[in-house]
Amino acid sequence: MRRLKKGIEATGGAGVGPSAFYRMSIALAAIHVTHRFGPVTVLDDVTLHVAAGGAVALVGESGSGKTTLLRCFNRMVQPLSGDVFVGDTNVREQDVITLRRRMGYVQQRGGLLPHWTAAQNVGLVLRAMGRERDEARAVVDALSLTGLDAALHGPRYPRELSGGQAQRVALARALAARPEALLLDEPFGALDAITRAGVQEALARARGELGVTTLLVTHDLAEAARLADEIVVLRAGRVEQQGSIAALRDAPATEYVRALVARALAQSEPLRWT
Amino acid sequence: MRAAFVVSGALATLAFQLAVTPRSTLGQASGADLRSVVVASKPFGESFLLAEMFAQLLESRGIGVERRPGLGATEVAFGALRRDAIDVYPEYTGTGLVAILHETLPDSSARNSRAVFAHVSRRFAEAYGVRWLPPLGFENTYAIAVRGETATRYGLRTLSDLARASPSLTAGFTADFIGRPDGLAGLARAYGGAGGVGGMRFRATRPLSPALKYQALANGGVDVIDGYSTDGLLVRYDLVTLEDDKGFFPPYEAAALVSGRLARDRPEAIAALTLLSGRLDERLMRGLNRRVEVDRADVATVAADALREVGVLPEGEPVLRVAQNDKAGVASFLHARRGVMLAQTLRHLLLVLGALAAAIVVAVPVGLALERARRVAEGTIGVLGVIQTVPSIALLAFMIPLFGIGVAPALVALWLYALYPIARGTYAGVRNADPEAVEAAEALGATPRQRLLWVRLPLAAPVIMAGVRTAAVITVGAATLAAFIGAGGLGEPIVEGLALADTRLILSGAIPAALLALIVDGALALVERRVRPAHLREPQGAQGRPWQSGGVDAWGRE
Repeated sequence: MRRLKKGIEATGGAGVGPSAFYRMSIALAAIHVTHRFGPVTVLDDVTLHVAAGGAVALVGESGSGKTTLLRCFNRMVQPLSGDVFVGDTNVREQDVITLRRRMGYVQQRGGLLPHWTAAQNVGLVLRAMGRERDEARAVVDALSLTGLDAALHGPRYPRELSGGQAQRVALARALAARPEALLLDEPFGALDAITRAGVQEALARARGELGVTTLLVTHDLAEAARLADEIVVLRAGRVEQQGSIAALRDAPATEYVRALVARALAQSEPLRWT
Repeated sequence: MRAAFVVSGALATLAFQLAVTPRSTLGQASGADLRSVVVASKPFGESFLLAEMFAQLLESRGIGVERRPGLGATEVAFGALRRDAIDVYPEYTGTGLVAILHETLPDSSARNSRAVFAHVSRRFAEAYGVRWLPPLGFENTYAIAVRGETATRYGLRTLSDLARASPSLTAGFTADFIGRPDGLAGLARAYGGAGGVGGMRFRATRPLSPALKYQALANGGVDVIDGYSTDGLLVRYDLVTLEDDKGFFPPYEAAALVSGRLARDRPEAIAALTLLSGRLDERLMRGLNRRVEVDRADVATVAADALREVGVLPEGEPVLRVAQNDKAGVASFLHARRGVMLAQTLRHLLLVLGALAAAIVVAVPVGLALERARRVAEGTIGVLGVIQTVPSIALLAFMIPLFGIGVAPALVALWLYALYPIARGTYAGVRNADPEAVEAAEALGATPRQRLLWVRLPLAAPVIMAGVRTAAVITVGAATLAAFIGAGGLGEPIVEGLALADTRLILSGAIPAALLALIVDGALALVERRVRPAHLREPQGAQGRPWQSGGVDAWGRE
């Protein structure tokens, strides 16, 4: 609860990230968002808030609507009703290409262009914006930010990278154009435990340096606890609870949340509650 | 990718040039300022020979000639004549009556060749504005033939005799004869006994190819065949033709059929052609056909000799000498024809590349457009697929009413054939291009154009190229049929060789065509390797594979 309060204060406040070269982070908000795929209601009156510079994890089982909600923020999904804000922009009112270039995005399997080298992949957004002159420097910066060596890994094609390296490249690509917010869709889902820990660390480090607002989709509560200030538990398109991991543990709003936390505690190594 | 489109565009332009350039200017230039007279034939020996005689006769009178031998069949040749795409070809009154006018013989005029000629000639002038010149002097009707020994054993002299003996005989007829209303069915009806007793009921009826029927008859495989009364092979195999005593077959008098335009505008050409009227009798024709079909003499030489024999060509006038060595083997025959073969191969290649380039320019954008309109995609591709199922020769024939004959209709038909594999490959390739990569580009704010040029097209390139290669090989094959509508190329010797049952001539077209298919496919395989996205190529040089380089250890860890 303390963290949430701090987040809200940050939204109203300056919200400047710790890194001097980083542009201002922004808040994300979804207000009364409802969406259906055919007869199935995937998002049912969801309201969500991510403070500027903060990190929120969307947790839930497959089909709970977490990915759909994430994709509302870069308008890969256009909800039937409700409003989605990126900073003070209603996403409906901005040109979709411009909107997407403001946001970094990482998919579960990276989605690297297989015919482009790691360096070319990282330069994608800058090239798309026609900022070729900034590309080379930004690529080196972004790769090193995620723990890769531009000289060594830059010239490689995705198939020549390990799974962990590929996800680091995908993360670097999302960060290279200095986005105002980062949307991560199970970015570590396909990795083994050891590799995952390494990439999670890289993400945490990059966030620490850049202070970029982050929305993370995961089904792993431990991961959510490690990377996010706040957790939103989704179930069948509805928000069960939004709060810190401590709040979820100590005051679960529903039986579902209580069981979810209990299962995570039983399964994993002792959670490092922060 | 862009370069590929530029090259395609250039080729399409070139092919268009080829299509609109009259063929005479590609070959030898004609000196006269008057348009050349286009002399055509149908694809069988006698038609080749008569057309060559027409051509040489016109040339001897100083009239420029363009040769279009071996046009598809009656529909193609007559269709072209009606549209003034050709000026003259040899035709038979019976064919005109049955196959073109779709009439049958009025009972009264049966076997009266004068009456049939008058009728056909009047109807053609009325209906099509096409003119029959006075008949050449011989008939080439259906001739039902048996071996001399069979005739003796069963006492066969007429078709009525044959009907009586038919249950103990095996017949071998061409598919054409079996299928035509004035063929076997009509014959069986005409000679059927009252109440269906007797009639033409052979022990067995086998379909035979025209090229093989005489051999089959001579070696006893069948006892009865359908032939033509002037076939040279009748003489060679000592066969007996049976008299059509009930007058079932209409008279098939040979004559020059000329276009309305030639008849109107070129009296000197009509006058020259009319010199042959009444000059060729059946015996002479049979001898000439024998020289061409049996002795393998060169058509141009035989035609020149015949024109001299009937006195319409001065003695000793030099005739175009084409390689002619009856006893020579295939190798030396091909060697002697190498110049012609090279020219035909080049023409063939231009046809193929022109059609292919035009198909790429159209089908790739169509494939891309379909990817955006998936609801109509399957339907559209289905329609293109249906075109693919139309037999090439039929598709070529459909082009004649629209584009006449020659290169233009051939290019359009080949283009239609090539569309399907390319459009399909493009659609499938773009549609199946790594969806994660496409989505990532979209979610990161690449414009639709950037997604297409940076992600979809490069990833689809191998599949598109596979479609292009398929189209190329299909087109090389289909282009051999373009000779049937006068487009030239390697089909020309194949059509002529089939008509004259000359294997060497067939090979002189088929071998280069097969090689061309291999070469075109090989060349495109190289292009395919070039357009293959970088990550699919083998890593080159020092840039090793991940498990060999320092980045990852053997367990896949970093």
